[in-house]
Amino acid sequence: MNKRSWEGVKDRFIAFFFAANGILTIIILIGIFIFLAYIGLQAFHEISIREFFFGKEWNPTAYGEPKWGILSLVTGTIYIAVISLLIAIPLGVASAIYIAELASPFIREVLKPAIEMIAAIPSVVLGLIGLLIVAPFVAEIFNLPNGLNALTASILVAIMALPTIISISEDVISAIPESYREASLALGATRWQTIKGVILPAASSGIVAASMLGLGRVVGETMVVLMVAGNSRAFPTSILDPVRPITSTIAIEIKEVVQGDLHFQALFALGFVLFLMTFAINLASDIFLTWRQGVR
Amino acid sequence: MTREDVKISTRNLNVYFGDLHAIKNVSLQMYNRSITSIIGPSGCGKSTFLRALNRMLDIIPHARVAGEVILDGRNIYENGTDVVELRRKVGMVFQKPNPFPKSVYDNVAYGPRIHGIRSRDELDAIVEDSLKKAALWDEVADSLDKSAMELSGGQQQRLCIARTLAVKPEVILFDEPCSALDPISTAKIEDLMRSLKNDYTIVIVTHNMQQAARISDYTAFLLMGELIEFGKTARIFERPCEKATEDYITGRFG
Repeated sequence: MNKRSWEGVKDRFIAFFFAANGILTIIILIGIFIFLAYIGLQAFHEISIREFFFGKEWNPTAYGEPKWGILSLVTGTIYIAVISLLIAIPLGVASAIYIAELASPFIREVLKPAIEMIAAIPSVVLGLIGLLIVAPFVAEIFNLPNGLNALTASILVAIMALPTIISISEDVISAIPESYREASLALGATRWQTIKGVILPAASSGIVAASMLGLGRVVGETMVVLMVAGNSRAFPTSILDPVRPITSTIAIEIKEVVQGDLHFQALFALGFVLFLMTFAINLASDIFLTWRQGVR
Repeated sequence: MTREDVKISTRNLNVYFGDLHAIKNVSLQMYNRSITSIIGPSGCGKSTFLRALNRMLDIIPHARVAGEVILDGRNIYENGTDVVELRRKVGMVFQKPNPFPKSVYDNVAYGPRIHGIRSRDELDAIVEDSLKKAALWDEVADSLDKSAMELSGGQQQRLCIARTLAVKPEVILFDEPCSALDPISTAKIEDLMRSLKNDYTIVIVTHNMQQAARISDYTAFLLMGELIEFGKTARIFERPCEKATEDYITGRFG
């Protein structure tokens, strides 16, 4: 074989290798989807869809009459998602603006990796900190017997979402052409007016996408909520109620079920709902990012 | 103020970027209601000089200015100068058209809004007036809500001029405003500058000597940060006093 044709074979092999890897990712994604759907949907042979989605009571092990309503669990997930984003987005965007627009180069070089390090904290460690510090603090402020509730979990989950939100928002803000800042300053705008009037609007879709990715992280978070959210199956009426989101429900109960029985299938159905939620959020953030590139 | 009055001048202006001495002792007068062009080869400090006139060098780290820039008799570098008001009075149009990613209307209204004008009627009037002065009104009157990013390069540059006019400046600095434009757009911008001269003091940095000869009343030639020669444009181009000026305008280097 001469050298040239050998190069050709190598080229084709490398192209094939990368293509195979790309396709494998898609196969895994579709595989998980089908797997969850296949087992989860079997639950609906015995559980009515209406009860599943609109029932407030989840009690699969109740003697005689098990209850399969996921509304309380979904509400717990939504509470934590909303509150933690209310905490993480303002904090994250403000940090991103500081790093990208105001900090000196030295502070920027230190701060950005430091914030990204937050992502390296194992969630179980964060849960411990929550139990020892945040929960007593929340209990003290709101005069509660204990601080294991939706608010405490949200604060901790917000910390977990911060690196994603800050890092991506900062990238988006830094990518805004210098010429916009110059144009604004040359018109007599102050730095704050420039941030508010030009930088934030230009970065808005990217910030929305960053928040969506943070949201995906929040909704899927299991360990922290398992440790500090209080794990009550009662329907939460306030953010100071203990909650049991979808993730911790699955984590707690999967150990107690017999593989293949109805409870097992119902947990898969719950997992499928969670997967659809995070999938929709990620898809939405993707569409936002593409749309933003289209606008430019 | 009559045409022959000095509107803005520099006295022993020096600019340093760290160790680099970018502008060396330049003293120059720019006259009211006239166009002054600054010419010179790349890297001679033309743009730096221009940015010293509205303190846009303030935002560059390590930039240091010594000497005076006198606008209407006051040194803009003295303590207590209101930089916001200075930049409103001394507007700037950049090399590459840089409209904001907003609608045509919001681009022009941006300046008046940050200076506190909220009334819709007043803003409408300013936007229309500025776009008319920038010779863009006829092309965009029906599409003020369109994104400025959809305009052509020449239209974008006229929009940037309109945006500058909207804050009612007295001096307008042009930093190679046509270098990214085609000849037809360039001709339009030049016509525009000639008409703006009746109301404003214009300083333009240009790479294009024909452009300087066509539009300006006065020309300054900079070389390596030093002012080599300054005078009426016709005189500079016909009878330059300095050898370096002659070499540059006849194309022997540059």
